Amino acid sequence: MSTQDLQVSTVAIHGGRTLDSHASSILFPLYQTSTFVHDAVGVDKGFSYSRVSNPTVDALEKVIGALEGTPPAVCFRTGMAAIATLFLSVLKAGDHAVISDVVYGGTMRLFREVLDGLEITASFVHTSDAANVEAAITPTTRIVFLETPGNPTLKLTDIDAVAQITKRHSILLAVDNTFLTPILQKPLLLGADISVLSTTKYIDGHNATVGGSLATRDEKLLERFRLIRKTIGTTQAPFEAWLTLQGIKTLPARLRLHCEGASIIARWLEDHPAVERVYYPGLDSFPQKALARKQQSSPGAMIAFELKAGVEATIRALNSVKLCSRAESLGGLETLITHPSSTTHADLDPELRRSLGISDGLVRLSVGLEAAEDIIADLDQAFVAAGCAETTEEVSHEIR
Amino acid sequence: MKFASRLVSFDPAPGDRFRPISTPIYQTATFEQEHADSFGEYDYSRSGNPTRAVLEKHLASLENGSRGFCFSSGMAAISTVTKLLRSGEEILADSDLYGGTCRLFSKILDRSGIVARYADASDPERFEQQITPSTRLIHIESPTNPLLRVIDLRRIAAIAHDHGALLCVDNSTMSPYLQNPLDLGADIVLHSATKFLCGHHDVTAGAIVVKDEKLAEQIYFVQNAEGNSLAPFDCYLLLRGLKTLKLRVDCQQRNALAIARFLSSHQDIQRVYFPGLIENRGYAIQRSQARGAGSVLSFTTGSVELSKAIAEHAKLFRITVSFGSVNSSISLPGAMSHASVPPEILAQRELPPDLVRVSVGIEDEEDLIADLDRAICRAKERTSIATGAEIPR
Repeated sequence: MSTQDLQVSTVAIHGGRTLDSHASSILFPLYQTSTFVHDAVGVDKGFSYSRVSNPTVDALEKVIGALEGTPPAVCFRTGMAAIATLFLSVLKAGDHAVISDVVYGGTMRLFREVLDGLEITASFVHTSDAANVEAAITPTTRIVFLETPGNPTLKLTDIDAVAQITKRHSILLAVDNTFLTPILQKPLLLGADISVLSTTKYIDGHNATVGGSLATRDEKLLERFRLIRKTIGTTQAPFEAWLTLQGIKTLPARLRLHCEGASIIARWLEDHPAVERVYYPGLDSFPQKALARKQQSSPGAMIAFELKAGVEATIRALNSVKLCSRAESLGGLETLITHPSSTTHADLDPELRRSLGISDGLVRLSVGLEAAEDIIADLDQAFVAAGCAETTEEVSHEIR
Repeated sequence: MKFASRLVSFDPAPGDRFRPISTPIYQTATFEQEHADSFGEYDYSRSGNPTRAVLEKHLASLENGSRGFCFSSGMAAISTVTKLLRSGEEILADSDLYGGTCRLFSKILDRSGIVARYADASDPERFEQQITPSTRLIHIESPTNPLLRVIDLRRIAAIAHDHGALLCVDNSTMSPYLQNPLDLGADIVLHSATKFLCGHHDVTAGAIVVKDEKLAEQIYFVQNAEGNSLAPFDCYLLLRGLKTLKLRVDCQQRNALAIARFLSSHQDIQRVYFPGLIENRGYAIQRSQARGAGSVLSFTTGSVELSKAIAEHAKLFRITVSFGSVNSSISLPGAMSHASVPPEILAQRELPPDLVRVSVGIEDEEDLIADLDRAICRAKERTSIATGAEIPR
């Protein structure tokens, strides 16, 4: 049976399985080995050295590819290794990239501090307006790189609109789909050429591993990714791949619960008198709600919000949470709360941060799988403890 | 093939289509079957697992046996052997026995009506006198832990077989590199694989190897029925650690002999227990049945206070139970590894309270000796100050 005929929740469980494993174990074995014995000089069994490829990593690549609707993906030690490989694969000295201004800070740092020295340049533009992408394209532009929803303000970019532009200019379009995963948004169906994932987030889902992946239907690009990966040695490790394979099985089920919780919490936040503003694509107040409906099958489980009481009170509130954890990263079972301006986006120029809508009072919430009531009660007590809010009446009344 | 070669040249992945150089970790509970009414080679990981199968076969070969079995701990392996006995049958064990084994024999097995008795097996004539018609199993370690007494394994095997009993030898202090009890007549060899086999303090495991096929079937039956086999990831770590067994033991033994000589000539050390010293009572037997003296040794100081202070002042020798690892360790068996010996049995056995056991690792010999020298010196200063302070004014 081809995985194309199966539903995602089935593919997540069976997409990485290869039934001809000699012992027919229900789980794919962990090939924690650096090298493989050759049958004869120059004759191997498809694997020769784990920096190049490894059966367990291969199984993970199959399932991610099946979820993306592509040939097997290419997996990396980290999300940044995937992104760096992508740019090293398609850009050379003198080339240019157009990138969403809301991309993860690490992607910005890659250009500003690493690729810059190789004379590779990038323009960071407000891609929510596709016209800005068109305007930024120069004769040396080779790729447009989007992140939608953007981090941390959840600003969306119309993938289809940008894809029409990149096709017209015969350049590549890559989308970092980490916030939604191919379960909730399929960039390749919307016209993108490459889908990028930090598998550390929802794909693993248990905060157990660090990893990244690149998926595309373009076989030549896949070859190029593998060449760069083996050359610079950023291949995913077998144990990480094995854990990710286990995590991915519950991805569709987890995402349903993550999104359900996020939607309840976003509405509660919006109704809370201490909250100034909530960014969540599932709210009627979200300016790009229509676009979210068009290209995503769910608003996702990331929320950003600002408190009325200002920066100092916000930091006090963050320091008062008990159930939520103050930690970077997102997409795991545990609810994580972050202060982007001092953590994930601290490296950015304050001026730039403000222009991106990342105020010093902005809070990002990665909604985990705890009961929404418990997360709400924790946030509520943190707002009270920080002096942002009066003690409210029974929290449960506010949950619809 | 020589032992060093056998350690690394085994098939790491029989039948595997990718031919990996390291054994794949089959971290799986169950196996898909081709037919609905019959099982393939593997069906359920409690009953059998490809990663464990590689390790078990490898250990069987290293101990010159026919079948090997790996367990979740050394005690799980020992407990499995005791399942060969029925109510009313007896175990005769050497009196210088690991505390945990003693606890199992005297505090758990008694509930099933199995009686354990203890006698000094380094005196075979007197040991034999303790055998009764109910004695089904003789259980010994050699060299023993912690007194490093050498037991004549050939003699005890002959005695056991004369009386229709099985001989089980706990070979943990030696490893298959230094001693192969099955070749000396034992029926069962077992290991706390946590010790030399692993060698890196990263796995808790046990192993049994036998030659006799019927015995093997009985052991397998218990392993499967009780579900105490070793987990796949631990099997992988053990396979990995085993490869350097010879390198580690060669180095550990060299260091241990140097340390034993240093301690023997040290004025503050009363007695050194180590079968590698020519003056040791078991030296000749050890040479006749093993290829080395190992790297566990004990010593006394004449004062519990001083012994305790030496352990606490040593830096390279960390205070830990267990032995056989690349790291040196130091312990006071009376207070640590043998504290689990039931008091009524402890009363009968010779376990000097000031006994210090060291397991010598692969650190530099000079550093180890300097560390012990300094520790003894500091410990003496401290204990003499402490004694001085106790004198009433």
